This record gives sequence, C-alpha cells and structure tokens, in this order.
Amino acid sequence: MNLNPRDQVMEAVRSNLPSEKVAYPETPAFAKTITVMLPAFEERIREAGATLYKPASLAAAQALLEEQYGDASVICSATPDLKGNLDIHSIKNPHDLADVDVGIIRARFGVAENGMVWLTQEDLVVNSLGFLSQHLVILLQPTELVADMYDAYMRVFLDDTAYGCFMMGPSATADIGAVLVHGAQGARSLSVYLV
Amino acid sequence: MSSKRVDVAANAAAFIDKDDIHEPFHDEHLWAARMKRDAAARAVPEWEALRDLASQIKAHTLTHLDHYLELFEANATRHGAKVYWARDAAEHNQHVLDILSSRNINSVIKSKSMLQEECNMTAFLETRGITVTESDLGERIQQLDNQPPSHIVMPAIHKTAGDIAEIFAKAIGTDPNNADPQYLTEAMRQDARQRFLKAGAGMTGANFAIAETGSFVVCTNEGNADIGASVPPVHIASIGIEKLLPKVQDLGIFIRLLSRSALGTLATQYTSHFTGPRNGGELHIILTDNGRSKRLGLPDFWHSLKCIRCGACMNTCPVYRRSGGLAYGATYSGPIGIILDPTFDESKYSELPYHSTLCGSCTEVCPVKIDISDQILKWRKVMAEKKYLPISRRLAFGAAGKVFEHPGLFHGAETAASAAMKITPHFLLYNRSLNPWGRHRELPHFAKQTFREWYLQYKQPDKEPSPKEL
Ligand code: SF4
Repeated sequence: MNLNPRDQVMEAVRSNLPSEKVAYPETPAFAKTITVMLPAFEERIREAGATLYKPASLAAAQALLEEQYGDASVICSATPDLKGNLDIHSIKNPHDLADVDVGIIRARFGVAENGMVWLTQEDLVVNSLGFLSQHLVILLQPTELVADMYDAYMRVFLDDTAYGCFMMGPSATADIGAVLVHGAQGARSLSVYLV
Repeated sequence: MSSKRVDVAANAAAFIDKDDIHEPFHDEHLWAARMKRDAAARAVPEWEALRDLASQIKAHTLTHLDHYLELFEANATRHGAKVYWARDAAEHNQHVLDILSSRNINSVIKSKSMLQEECNMTAFLETRGITVTESDLGERIQQLDNQPPSHIVMPAIHKTAGDIAEIFAKAIGTDPNNADPQYLTEAMRQDARQRFLKAGAGMTGANFAIAETGSFVVCTNEGNADIGASVPPVHIASIGIEKLLPKVQDLGIFIRLLSRSALGTLATQYTSHFTGPRNGGELHIILTDNGRSKRLGLPDFWHSLKCIRCGACMNTCPVYRRSGGLAYGATYSGPIGIILDPTFDESKYSELPYHSTLCGSCTEVCPVKIDISDQILKWRKVMAEKKYLPISRRLAFGAAGKVFEHPGLFHGAETAASAAMKITPHFLLYNRSLNPWGRHRELPHFAKQTFREWYLQYKQPDKEPSPKEL
C-alpha cells in the first residue's frame, strides 16, 4: 500500500479507535445564574481591566471620545457611529494600522457571565485594527447582552465569518513575577461605551 | 530513538537547592492559581456536570475521530483554508518550511503552541535560516534563555522578575537592575512590535478545532495570536488531531472550563475563532498525528487525549510545584507530562511515573476528568514490567512493588491522600530545611508510607476492595 500522509493518518486513527463507542451527550439547559444582565456585565468587564462609560447618545459618545483621547493623533473608526481621522475603508494593508492610537469598533453583543464582547471580521473591517491599536473603544448597545457562554454560542455563526473574537478586556499578562500587567501585545486599554 | 534517561529527582533537587527564592516562589504562585481555580469552580453551580459533559464529548469525539477529522477537513477546505496532514514532527516541520520557502518568507512570529514545541519546530526552522520569534511574553523569555517552557500555561513561572531583568538586559538592552514587571513588559512590547510588522507569517496552535464548521479557536491573554494572524499575510496553524470537537455549541462548555481551570479567570482576554482565511490572507492548517493515533490505541491511556492543556493538574501537584517544570526534561511536565511523555519515549521518561505521590489531586481538578493518577500508576506498572526501574529503586519499593501490578487497588490510598491534601496542601515531602529532598532519597517518604500503610491494611484477602468499587 502506498498511501499519502493523509490516508496514513486516517488509517492509523481507524485502526486504533477504541472498541467502545461513546455517545454524544445530551446537554441539559442549566438554570441561569444571571438574571439581570447589565449590572453583571458591567462588574465583570471592569474586573477584566476595561473601563465602562454610558454616554446618553452617539453625540455624547463622540464628545466623550474627544475628551478621552484629545491628544491622540490617529483615531480609526470601523463603525459609522463614531468618527475618527483615519478612514478604515481606505486601508489596503493591515500594516497601515500600525500607528493607530485609538481604534473604534462596534461589538455585536456582550456576555454578562464574563464581560466578553463579540467582534467579527465584518465589525473590524481590517482585523489588525483590533490588535495594533494602542487603545480600543468598543461600542455596545446595552440591550445586546446574553447571560452566559451557552447563549453566546447560539449567537455565533462561524460559517458566516472568517474571524470572530470574544474580547474580554485589554491585553494582559502575568508572565513576569506573576504580576498582572496590561498592554502585553494587544491594546493597552479597552473602553466600553454602552450606547 | 531512545536517548538518555531523564533523572527527574536529581533535576528537581537542583531546582530546590538552587537558593531560597525560586522554589518557594514557584510553589506559592502555582498554589495561588489552584486556589483561584477552586473559587472559580465553586461559583459555577453546574461545574461537576460540565466536567462530565466535557469528558463525554471528548470521549465521543475520540471514539469517532476518523469521522470528525474528515468533517473538519471538508469544512475547513470549503471555507478556503488549505489543510495538510503530518504523521510526525518531521512531516509537520517540512510542511511549514515548504509553505514559507515557496513564499520567500524568512521570518515568522509565533504564538504559543505545545504541538510546535513537541515538533521542535523552532530549531528546525532556525537552522534553515528562518527567524522565529515567540510572541507570548513567557515563551519569549524562555526562548531568549534557551529553555523550553516549564509550564504549559505559564511558560516562565519558574523564573523571578530578577532573572528576567537579566535576560532582557542582555537580549534587548534593558536596565539589568530594573525588575519592574511593567517596565520589562513594555520593553518587550516595543521589541516584539517591530518583529510583528516584519514577519512574513504568523503561526499559532489551536485550543479547539470544530468539525461542524472547520473552525479553530485560539485562547490568549495577550492578543499575540491575533496580531500574528491579522498582520502578516500568511497564517499557519498547527493542530493536533485530538483537538477536535463536534459542534460550535460544545465551546460553551469548554470555554467555561478552560480558563477557570487554568488560572481561575472567567475566560482568557481573547477567545478567537478562525474559519478560513481572513480578508486578503492565506490560512494553512497542519493536522498532525505525532503519536496521537498510537496513544488512541492504548486501552489504559487513550483518555489522556482528552487533555485541553489547562495546566490545572500542574498547579495542584505538590511534586510539580516544588520541582519546577524543567526537571521533567520533556515538552510536557507535571502530572499530564508524566502520562504523555512515556508515549513518546518510554526509556527516556521511565523515571517520570515515580515523580508523584499519587495523592490524586490532579484527577480531582482535571476539567475533562482524565484519570491522571490512575494512569500514573499504570505507567509505573509498565515501567516495572519492562524493568526500567533502577535496582536501588526496585528495592526501595519493596512491598509496594507488588501493588503496582494491581493498579485498581490503589484507589483507596489515593482518596485518603486527597482528603489530607485539602487540609494541608504543603504537607509534602520536600521540606527544604527539614529534609532536602533528592540528595539522599530514592523515593518520597509520603508515598512510601502510604503504600505501606495501605498495603498492611488491605493485604488480607478479605479486606480487598471488590473490583466493583475500583
Ligand atoms: S490533564 Fe486535565 S488538568 Fe492536566 S492539563 Fe490536561 S486538561 Fe488540564
């Protein structure tokens, strides 16, 4: 037999399969521990190192952005809801976002259980915006929350997007002396605007 | 390919005896992670049910692995990824090299992948003129110090900030007297950023691969995998064939378990899902066997393939905490290492199964319910049967030697020890001042005494637990 590596791996797997076959288990619907989602979400995302703001309107959010990042030179927004000074749609190469001080993205929804927000390639427009930007501002409608990860995955359609990320806060590490430091590689800070 | 046997006890002794700082620091921080894990687990009412489900989903996938591999391949291909197969490390590394050289890429940035460690990929690529930069801070520290990771989640946890200040001073010119973690992290961020921007390819591993959509998931706290995947034009992912899960909804269970078990956090800062190449990029997936299919065929040991590499068994292990991960001389250390490493090289790792008290704490914390301590005992049996055990040690075990042939009988001893563990986590053997371990000792006292106590208690035939209880 002269099999290619693929067939050889498959053959090796088949000939070594355990004789007992285990059935796929039924997942019960677990009782929800979180019933009021917004306060839980707010608490969790703060624990994860993000800051939370509640501007009353998009106009107030724009003013908040200017107040918060008045001295930033490059602000790039991937959402029509807030304006920066670099047009994301003009970007052809992910490297062109290397100088971005503040990236702005609208998340699809948040998860009350842990403070994650769901961002897809379509929301980022250019994926590197989420990771090369020094600081991130995430817009999230306060009504777009799910209780936990079970519900979160009901709203995730991986077939429809090449990239999706649950982001829980700024980049973090504790690799030196077991001390928590933000801004290891990705964003140094994450601000969530509930609007 | 047997190489020199790892003398794990001597290596551990060297770590403990190094000074009064490293071993206590290591022990303390890992125990802190274990305590945080306990608190996180307690806060989820269905925690035990989740562990059962995760274990069953993994068992289901592994017992139907051929089906799920084909499904994954078909779906990943449908989404535009290129899927390669590798029987072993050499084939894996060759695929990587071929992809890079056909595109004239001579520098890559990689995030943490235990599979790539297993394949010794970095050394392979570097001798062929390709610059490989680790982007995870802990892995980068280890790379600059020419050491493998000592822990699967916290690669440099055996080092103090002072050690790292010295390494960075030499490598990137930081102040050797400034050991402030913030300062050092910032310095490496600046250095790594240039490398991210220059790299021709980003490499990642995968925590989970989803058959139903052909996606894979990478979890990091730094966002380094995402930079590697979103900045260079080419993304190469190395995925062990055991990483598969059938459905997207399974992630609801596994993501809830992973980081809580690892560090006691609710999740990692980034949980990223890749399904086909991103806009304007290429995605290459290398499905790698490297001994996994063989492990699947070992009736006593195939459950080890359920491992999601959370590191909880390492954090809780009293022997690992005091020994440091490098003592194991292998890609995988701690309890999971003890049961995986011998499948790569029985002779080289024949001492590892003795580097355990069989307290059973690893089995208790494992989120996918691998019977780790039972498997350690079974490996002792394998080693004893194959006469790998050195003479001195065979004598030292004495009565216990017989017990190794009846692994099931050990359950009672393990459970008792586990209970003790909860009360006094640091009860152990390796008390530095009272009993510098490793120098004069063949075997940890605790284990010896427990074997004996247990053995004396149960050696009368009528007292043996019935097979049903085991
Ligand atoms: S064996 Fe279990 S506890 Fe240990 S790393 Fe694997 S999944 Fe985690």
